[in-house]
Amino acid sequence: MSRFPFLLKTAFRDSRKNRAKLALFMSSIILGVAALVAINSFNYNLRKEIDKEAATLLGADLAASGNRPAENEILQILDSLPAKKAREMELLSMSYIPKTDETQFIRLKAIEGNFPFYGKIKSDPTASAQTFREGPSALVDESLMLQHGLVPGDSIKVGKMMLEIKGRLAGAIGSIGAASSVAPAIYISINTLDSTGLVQPGSLINYAYYYKVPEGFDVEKWKVSRKKLFRSESLRVETVEDRKENLNQAFSFLNYFLNLVAIVALLLGCIGVASSVLIYIKSKSNSIALLRCLGLRPRDAFLVYFIQVMFLGLVGVAIGVLAGVIIQSVLPLILKDFLPVQVNIATSPRAIIEGFFVGLTVTTLFSLLPLVGIRKISPLRTLRTSYDEGENKIDYIKIGIYTTIFLSLNLFLWILTGSLLAAVIYVAGIVISYLLLAGFSTLLIRLLRKSIPVNTGFITKQGLSNLFRPDNQTQTIMVTIGMGTAVLTTLLILQSILLNNVSLMDKGMQPNMILYGIETHQMKDLKKVTTDFNLPVIQEVPVVTMKIDGWKGKSKAMWMADTTMTSKRWAANREARVTYRDSISSDEKLISGSLRKYNGNGDSIIVSLGTTFAEAMDVKIGDELVFNVQGTRMVTYVGSLREIEFRNLSTRFFIVFPNGVLEEAPQFQVLVTKTPDNATMSKYRGAVVKAFSNVSVIDLTTILQSVNDILQKVSFIIRFMAIFSLLTGLIVLVSSLTLSKYQRLKESILLRTIGATKRQIIRINATEYAFLGTLSAGTGVAIAIISSFIVTKFQLDLDFVINWWSVAMIMVVLILITVIIGMFNSRDVINNPPLEVLRKEDS
Amino acid sequence: MSEILKVENLNMNYNSGGKALSVLQSININIEAGETVAITGPSGSGKTTLMGLCAALDNPSSGEITLMGSLINPLSEDERALLRNKYVGFIFQNFQLMPSLTALENVMLPLELQGISGAEKEAILLLERVGLKDRVTHYPSQLSGGEQQRVALARAFINKPKILFADEPTGNLDGDTGATVESLMFDLNKDYGTTLIIVTHNPDLASKTGRIIKLKSGHIVSDIKNTPSNNSN
Repeated sequence: MSRFPFLLKTAFRDSRKNRAKLALFMSSIILGVAALVAINSFNYNLRKEIDKEAATLLGADLAASGNRPAENEILQILDSLPAKKAREMELLSMSYIPKTDETQFIRLKAIEGNFPFYGKIKSDPTASAQTFREGPSALVDESLMLQHGLVPGDSIKVGKMMLEIKGRLAGAIGSIGAASSVAPAIYISINTLDSTGLVQPGSLINYAYYYKVPEGFDVEKWKVSRKKLFRSESLRVETVEDRKENLNQAFSFLNYFLNLVAIVALLLGCIGVASSVLIYIKSKSNSIALLRCLGLRPRDAFLVYFIQVMFLGLVGVAIGVLAGVIIQSVLPLILKDFLPVQVNIATSPRAIIEGFFVGLTVTTLFSLLPLVGIRKISPLRTLRTSYDEGENKIDYIKIGIYTTIFLSLNLFLWILTGSLLAAVIYVAGIVISYLLLAGFSTLLIRLLRKSIPVNTGFITKQGLSNLFRPDNQTQTIMVTIGMGTAVLTTLLILQSILLNNVSLMDKGMQPNMILYGIETHQMKDLKKVTTDFNLPVIQEVPVVTMKIDGWKGKSKAMWMADTTMTSKRWAANREARVTYRDSISSDEKLISGSLRKYNGNGDSIIVSLGTTFAEAMDVKIGDELVFNVQGTRMVTYVGSLREIEFRNLSTRFFIVFPNGVLEEAPQFQVLVTKTPDNATMSKYRGAVVKAFSNVSVIDLTTILQSVNDILQKVSFIIRFMAIFSLLTGLIVLVSSLTLSKYQRLKESILLRTIGATKRQIIRINATEYAFLGTLSAGTGVAIAIISSFIVTKFQLDLDFVINWWSVAMIMVVLILITVIIGMFNSRDVINNPPLEVLRKEDS
Repeated sequence: MSEILKVENLNMNYNSGGKALSVLQSININIEAGETVAITGPSGSGKTTLMGLCAALDNPSSGEITLMGSLINPLSEDERALLRNKYVGFIFQNFQLMPSLTALENVMLPLELQGISGAEKEAILLLERVGLKDRVTHYPSQLSGGEQQRVALARAFINKPKILFADEPTGNLDGDTGATVESLMFDLNKDYGTTLIIVTHNPDLASKTGRIIKLKSGHIVSDIKNTPSNNSN
């Protein structure tokens, strides 16, 4: 330890001329640490806020919800709670706005009782949060009012009822912004909903029951003791504690995603650090050899440089933490559309400590890789500059460092994700991505080298050969910039593929409009309205709602009590919407069995199931399925399995009955048509909503718009994160240019000495950077094309189309940025006499 | 006089393109304390390799080297470093100063390596001795070639070495500057009673030493006593 002051002093002195350069390469770590601190800070704040606001988000102490009204027995249990009660029914519907003569798809929320019990419905004027509950009134989403120029006092027609708008709704309870852009919310009272005529058999309604218990009553205990009673029902019973858990679980996905981005930025930074330290040590090898010659022990030589790197690492990490604290204040604004609560901007000491510790650990580990090479620098270098230490012995210390890096990453991710398997998958993913990128970039550069003809001009050849300059960090730059480009381009390609495929639904005679909730007696008139608009009736389908009562010889209650049940709850509990016909539709493919007709009383009822549903229910051809068709028990057998294609906007049914069974059951109708253009679509929709207020219309334009809205918001977040990776790449570029500046200077001087003009040197440099930009962006784009092709073909099952213009734009912008940064960094070499620059560098 | 360096049956081979290249063969030398020795010979004759081995900078393929009574073959890197730091001084053709250290700091470095603090006074005295009193705070890049080599001389003598290895000490300097450096080197050598081993092409410089060992293709072709000419002795 007595040597430490000397080592410290030597480290300090030795770094004198290089601190600015060292600081620059340490900056690659800044972004990674900044991302980590910002993201963790945001996550901790979000969790704190969810814990604090969970009661407000639920609006009650206990909520029970499902897609059909609660059974009387269950309601009796719920109502046995010593609590204040409220009820909500929620459905999607069309509304008509007389002021603009336009229609609007809405999320209708009908309330009975003084809900919410906790928190408030934010409204303007404030009193309207109460007054909308009286008479035919509504509280309307403020974005909808703004869009249609509505003010309180105006009217909106929902179903059969014309409602007075009492005020603006600033935010629906517990909902997230992104959902409201799909269908803005409208609050009315349940009495008003009854008068709209929208509640009919088969309507897609979500029912919720809310309870506020007196203080001191343990609702959690009450719920747990009745768990079994609720279990067999499709009702979801939730307490404040459940909501907290659910929200935290839901956001842990966002958390994982953001953390992955931070880790990728951090690791890219570390790769930058490792390669920059390597160059630094190489440039210092003469000094190290001299120190060794003068009697410095190999370990002490290592420590001299370790101290330098650690000190700057510490500074880099500290700046990163500071930047993270600043960035975290922006995250809640970027993510606000996806959050149910307003996240306060507060600095989290835990995130800072974690960021600091993780940043310093990875910087140390990644710097150690090149630093341990110091031990091998021979003092003989003082005598022979060309001395090569090249020993091919296995370096156990290096192997140890690699192992430590691998284990630390796994440990860190294990702590972060809470799952060892997830951590191993993450690390494997990162390693594979890196290897792919590194392999791809090497392949590209080799192809380029081979594809350039021998007789190519001097400038191009020189620019290209510069990429192979020792310590040029070509591959590191390609990997870091390539990674950012790959993420951005994949996103862009997938976004355009998704939108393109939705637009394709409109092609040819594919339907683009579905009308549902039609009462059977309305069908004739509705068809007339449709044909009056010269629109075809592509499909008219009857729909009957029913519940599953049992399968494979056991009742549903028996199955639910059976712990060996293999069927999925969602499938068994759902309210089934069923149609009847004797043939398969054009969107379906018969996988096995056949559709068998029903031959009247006494004959078995043979139904056809969608493969997904059959798998979820775990039933095969020949198995028994018992339905409760609005009170009537109906035993059926599975006769065939169909694969259903979801690419078109049309009706699709998991369960199809044969003709002759359900004709007399209460049912509603669906009509499918095709409008030639948006203007006709809008007029037709208006006419339908006005004449048949209970009928809901879904059209492709609305879906397309909604998909686009959501994709825009999601992709904005991903883009924001990809920028971290790109920035890291550019910082590595700047630092590597700075570190290799001396070598570039010497090359330029040599070129000038043998007669190169300033213009030629500029062109050589520009060519080098253009190659670097092209290869980096090319690596990223190529990987993006491959990955998006795989996702599109095998995951999304969609047509693969690329907007080459956008891809070309990304390429051009990245090449330009690389050239501009490169040229800016080389301006000294270009604008000053070479020897003057060399003198400046030497001093 | 006592023996300070003993080289016995020294051989050095390198691997070059998969073939063993013999650089030094059967070298035997005994050098007494206080001797001044020049190792000469054409390029590629093995001069620098021999010096590197004698100064414990490298391991021979075979043979033994005893420096200051210590057989250096079995020594670890740390032990060799300690030996160099305590008894050996170096002067290089290309000066080999630490670019980030001032002239003073460069001179103090060997003593600081020994953990000796307060070497400033002694370093300044040595810098005065080599005529660089006004240059103590200058960095190598702010000094001329001759000045840099004078700093290197001061550094080489600060730890009062028993043996000084000089590799073409004037090879990068013009005639007059080279002569000044030579003169300073021999003066300091005399004052400190150091054994001096110079590797050089320069016959004039070699002629100023008391013994000239000639190498050719890795063999000693002559080892003769010489009457030093025209140095400050």
